[in-house]
Amino acid sequence: MNKQVSNIVPVLRLGLVCLVLCSVLYPLAVTGIGQLFFPYQANGSLIEGENGSVIGSELIGQTFTDPELFQGRVSSIDNDASGSGTPNYAPSNPDLISRTVEAIRTQQASNPDGGIVPMDLVTNSGSGLDPHISVEAAEFQVPRIAEASGIPKEELYKLIDQHRTSQVEELLGAPAVNILQLNIDLRALK
Amino acid sequence: MIVSLIALILVLVLIGVSLKPMGLYMAAVFSDSRLDRFFLPVENILYSISGIKKQKQTWKQYVFSMLLLNMVLLVFIYAVFRLQGILPLNPLDIAGMDPALAFNTAVSFITNTNLQHYSGESGLSLFSQLTAILFMMFAAPSTALAVAIGFIRLLGGKPIGNFFEDFVRALVRVLLPISFIAAIIFVALGMPQTLSGAVHATTMAGAEQTILRGPIGAFLSIKELGNNGGGFFGVNSAHPFENPNAYTNLLQCWLMLLLPASLPFTYGKMTGKPKQGVMLFGAMAAVFLVMLAAGIAAEMQGNPLLQGAMMEGKETRFGVIGSVFYSIVTTAAETGAVNTMHDTLSPLTGMLALGNMLLNTVFGGVGTGFMNVILYVMIAVFIAGLMVGRTPAFLGKKLEGAEMKLLAITLLVQPILILLGTAIAMYFPAGNEAISNPGYHGLTQVLYEITSSAANNGSGFEGLGDATTFWNILTGIVMFLGRYISIITLIAVAASLARKTAVQESKGSLRIDSPLFASLLVGTFFLVGALTFLPVLVLGPIAEYVTL
Repeated sequence: MNKQVSNIVPVLRLGLVCLVLCSVLYPLAVTGIGQLFFPYQANGSLIEGENGSVIGSELIGQTFTDPELFQGRVSSIDNDASGSGTPNYAPSNPDLISRTVEAIRTQQASNPDGGIVPMDLVTNSGSGLDPHISVEAAEFQVPRIAEASGIPKEELYKLIDQHRTSQVEELLGAPAVNILQLNIDLRALK
Repeated sequence: MIVSLIALILVLVLIGVSLKPMGLYMAAVFSDSRLDRFFLPVENILYSISGIKKQKQTWKQYVFSMLLLNMVLLVFIYAVFRLQGILPLNPLDIAGMDPALAFNTAVSFITNTNLQHYSGESGLSLFSQLTAILFMMFAAPSTALAVAIGFIRLLGGKPIGNFFEDFVRALVRVLLPISFIAAIIFVALGMPQTLSGAVHATTMAGAEQTILRGPIGAFLSIKELGNNGGGFFGVNSAHPFENPNAYTNLLQCWLMLLLPASLPFTYGKMTGKPKQGVMLFGAMAAVFLVMLAAGIAAEMQGNPLLQGAMMEGKETRFGVIGSVFYSIVTTAAETGAVNTMHDTLSPLTGMLALGNMLLNTVFGGVGTGFMNVILYVMIAVFIAGLMVGRTPAFLGKKLEGAEMKLLAITLLVQPILILLGTAIAMYFPAGNEAISNPGYHGLTQVLYEITSSAANNGSGFEGLGDATTFWNILTGIVMFLGRYISIITLIAVAASLARKTAVQESKGSLRIDSPLFASLLVGTFFLVGALTFLPVLVLGPIAEYVTL
């Protein structure tokens, strides 16, 4: 018994030293370097308005309902970034089918000249905070926005092109447009 | 699409090229080498403060030390979860966990599973994230890596070493430095790294938005490298802060594969049989590539009920290919991080993810995955020996009754835990009430959760309402047994082999480093490993697929 007690003290001490190493020194070192060299990213890629107030984060989706702006994907949590989530519908779940069919109808009604509705626009993203839509989903909304805002279509297509992810990223991932940055520049056009 | 596939192949080649140097580095880490000059001064500080002595241990002392350290840590993090309400660094005033949830979470993180029945945003204080979660993300893989190295030493006929020394070396020479560099790269690529709390924004539409932040970069690197998989946020690497773009996505896949897929080369170096290491890697890589190709093909078919791309539960920036790649890697390497919701995957892709965990060998989690591979190698050697009528021998040591009994026990643990666990959960209302998707998919949700626990993976079909006492206790027990039984029995087998005198290899001996044996090994993976689960797979994902 005595031997086991003397065994456990070094183990407890080892745990404590490793705790300091992994939970204190490591995160503090990364935070220090991150804040020093990459302050924009390290603080959450925040976008500030003219008066210095925070409009949002480049990486976090927002909800847009204004017909003059580009709209994002379905979010069951309404882009509330104090949480994250999705309904986790299986492909066979009837609720998925009815919600998606309903969303397709709504999109067709508000974008009669858009053509086929892109799937990403009518499905819930994994995070519920997707900051992007596909290029097709952005182009799908161009006729509606042009009509509602009076901005020529060519200007809108150009704007989408400017905000596409880089070619390498599209190769390694998928073509996408950041919707918050797109809308900020769209509003500046007016 | 073709271009994306070519890009993916290039990425795979790049990953593949990095594995052998990594494996050789690890062999040097755990032997006397020039690395000592650089790392020993740091480690000596750890040894002198803790008073750990580096004397040689027997295999029983080694295993006892491992269990002792793990149980001490388990009790510590259980206490942190229970008491987080009154501990410091709790800006959001999050309450302590109830006993069942604290038990589940503590077991989950000490066993390298990282199954999460709480939500990162609202379930854990910053103190818990740092002292319990982040700490265990280092300690659990260090434990597994140490044990695997001890196992390899025994197979090579050498003494097992000292557990604490191996643990410290895994931490100081492998996990901390690589995580540190990867964390800085992650921050540069867009991940937040701050200890301040949430930001309040007024959106373009004029609504209030609360944006949670944290030390994400530091979490993400060890989450992937250590095959942990526990997300800082509820949706894990689907969250744009945990995986902001295609670069971080691929870097995470690389980190997940780095340790488990390079261990065969470590084994080859440390046992002096490099060809065997290449054969093991080749066999596993072949299965992995088939799984990946099948997964992409299945997901690309789309959902026949919607006649459109499978974008539900996926993020735009990764697309279908980037999402499936991640799903296959995370289940192959038993990490459990997800960048797409596995519940929403097509039935066949979901089954492949499940299949990776049922096999638990391609590549398996860091350390434990490699030990499982050797288990299958021994089974294959045994079967081959019976077929040609020779006494089966592995590395010149005869496999006899004592070893085969332990191997059979190890082999049975996984199916017993998974099938019995699934049966219990399906039988009791407290279990099956958690199902959220109707039809055949419901069974898959339950099967996936139990399999993920037993294989110490940690991903889930997250629609399952598993944050209940029943599920917390059931999966907690499954994770614990799934982790420790096989470690102990396999070390015992290796120790028993190490005591035997080697028989001289002759022309008639079975050559383990041949392509013929590699195909026999792959056959054993599927015949012994996967066939057991065929009936339940037919009732779940296959039935969903054919009725879709």
